[in-house]
Amino acid sequence: MAVSVNGGLIKPGVYFMRGNEAAVEGALIAGCRFFAGYPITPSNEISARMSRRLPEVGGYFIQMEDEIASIMAVIGAAVGGVKSMTATSGPGFSLMQEAIGLAAMIEAPIVVIDVQRGGPSTGLPTLVGQGDIMQAQWGSHGDYSVIAYLPNSPQEMFNLTIEAFNSAWKYRVPVIVLADQTVGQMIEKVVVPPLEEIEIFDRIKPDVPPEEYKPYDKRYLIPPMAVAGEGYRVHMTGLTHDERGYPTTRHEVSQWLVRRLVEKVQANEREIAKWEEYETEDAKLVVVAFGITSRSAKRAVREARNRGLKVGLYRPITAWPFPYWRLEELVSKGAKVLVVEINMGQMVHVVREYVGKENVEHMPWAPGAVPPPEVILDRILEVYPQ
Amino acid sequence: MSARVGVRLSPTPRMERIKTLLRTERLPHMWCPGCGLGILLKVFAEAVLESGIDPDKHVVVSGIGCTGRIAGYLRLDGYHVLHGRPIPFAVGLKTSRPDLEVTVISGDGDLLTIGGNHFIHAIRRNDDINVILVNNFNYGMTGGQYGATTPPGSRTLTSPYGHIEGAFNVPYLAAALGANFVARWTVLHERELKKAILEMFKVDGFALIEVISPCIIYGDMNSIPPLEMMKKFKENCVIDHDADLSKADLDPTGEKPIILGNFVRRERPSYQTLYSRIIEKARGGRRG
Ligand SMILES: Cc1ncc(C[n+]2csc(CCOP(=O)(O)OP(=O)(O)O)c2C)c(N)n1
Ligand SMILES: [Mg+2]
Repeated sequence: MAVSVNGGLIKPGVYFMRGNEAAVEGALIAGCRFFAGYPITPSNEISARMSRRLPEVGGYFIQMEDEIASIMAVIGAAVGGVKSMTATSGPGFSLMQEAIGLAAMIEAPIVVIDVQRGGPSTGLPTLVGQGDIMQAQWGSHGDYSVIAYLPNSPQEMFNLTIEAFNSAWKYRVPVIVLADQTVGQMIEKVVVPPLEEIEIFDRIKPDVPPEEYKPYDKRYLIPPMAVAGEGYRVHMTGLTHDERGYPTTRHEVSQWLVRRLVEKVQANEREIAKWEEYETEDAKLVVVAFGITSRSAKRAVREARNRGLKVGLYRPITAWPFPYWRLEELVSKGAKVLVVEINMGQMVHVVREYVGKENVEHMPWAPGAVPPPEVILDRILEVYPQ
Repeated sequence: MSARVGVRLSPTPRMERIKTLLRTERLPHMWCPGCGLGILLKVFAEAVLESGIDPDKHVVVSGIGCTGRIAGYLRLDGYHVLHGRPIPFAVGLKTSRPDLEVTVISGDGDLLTIGGNHFIHAIRRNDDINVILVNNFNYGMTGGQYGATTPPGSRTLTSPYGHIEGAFNVPYLAAALGANFVARWTVLHERELKKAILEMFKVDGFALIEVISPCIIYGDMNSIPPLEMMKKFKENCVIDHDADLSKADLDPTGEKPIILGNFVRRERPSYQTLYSRIIEKARGGRRG
């Protein structure tokens, strides 16, 4: 492998790297020591590099019989206290949904990289899509919360994969890195900082002896986590359970549990959510775009500025939780919003919920290509408030 | 008439012995009177105690179903996961934590019908896990529908005219797939079953015990009262460790003897053992 190693980890420095491979190096730095996956384009560079790199750092790789098995194995490793992840694309992500609900319910910290491709169904295996925004949060039945990141470069594949592990273990929720085919497969400069500058979050361990330990102790929003083999003798179940982890049908317990599963992220949304702004301060029109689309949109915004139009770019870096408050602020100052995304309308619904339908225009774009800057510019000119 | 049925309040010495391994605060359990799962729970707990492996290192993984509830009654690290998916969960746990002794205990529908793909691949890969597959010939939890082990001709909730599909012959299937240990016992063969479980804990690689257990729902629909079903399991069986497994298919509704035994012992190295060599190679002798 072309990387120099440092206790098995990549050496700090400047690299020219594919997004999917940068994600692997980020994961290893974050402490990932188990990967299970099933081949699917355009995520294959992740499992290929994991299969070579994991044993070098003393970790474990396994290719499973399907995506359901892959994510179940990842959850199994997580309850053993081992940082673990899988990677997939649309069809595989759909197969994983029931297990994502299990991870949310038992509060197993897991990371899934979904390198989005064109859908629906088998769709466009080798081409870009952004159609999994809603699936990432609402794909499994029932109520739960996830965290989902939206990288727009190989550098962010690296950075946000590290952050994904930190968030998963901090909040004990499934964390999705919602990449897309272009960001995953493009090759670009990636800076790996000195390892001591990278913040790594590890499991919150129980601070009471096994006799006093409750896996879902009511005193916590995010309870400390005992793992298998430590003597805590935990029971975890996908059934609705009380603070001891025991199944129950009592409604007050269901109230407590399901609300908490949602609140874990909601109550911390300002700490978790991330976004980036470009020329928004005086903007009369704010373009909302994410992932690879944000890079095309930025070009269009720059062009609009060259023509004297007050246009800015608001790039959510987390889809879930959605960084709505700053967007609300921009709209309250009089801006209109244009959402550009490679799907027929997903993030636009979230944006409309916060800033009002009347303030939001949309530019849907079918999967298979990134909307070119000139097409986005045309739409900007169409909807720019006079 | 004086009441002669009811719960005996003082535990028997055998129960006393395994008490530390039971979540007694969750008893009485949810299984029907006449179900075989309570016996398996007891025998498994005894085997854990006698295994010589620290109970803290024993982990039980169950799927969904009546059998799946076993994980919740054992005071071990226990995970009650998704219907059909305990095997891949166990594979992830065992692969990343080789220090643990991981046992899957789940139903026939769970492991062979919805989870059939995981079952065959875990055996082919030779994952180092133990699997106790409880065959009660139907989906007990959901009311007695037919599944992949329901014998042809049986009546079930969804085969009221008689079942027209074939059934898996579990030991034959597992042996053909290459499992390192394959056994079959009924819950009425407590001693043999416990010995088989103890042997299973020592196997490196995939070890399977099919445990035949009476289900009163299945018995009801096929006009076999619970006691008669138990008698059948006890009396209508042949212990033959060298049996021709192609003839080991089951039909509890008929007269065919039930073939029991510890059928297969192989020493194919497990995925996990082979993977530890890959780590050594990749690290070039480096440690830490
Ligand atoms: C995905 C999914 N499908 C269906 C079910 C409903 N279900 C619960 S238990 C069960 C059958 C269990 O049968 P088996 O595994 O044989 O266990 P038993 O109850 O007989 O011990 C089914 C179908 C479910 N929980 N999840
Ligand atoms: Mg069954």
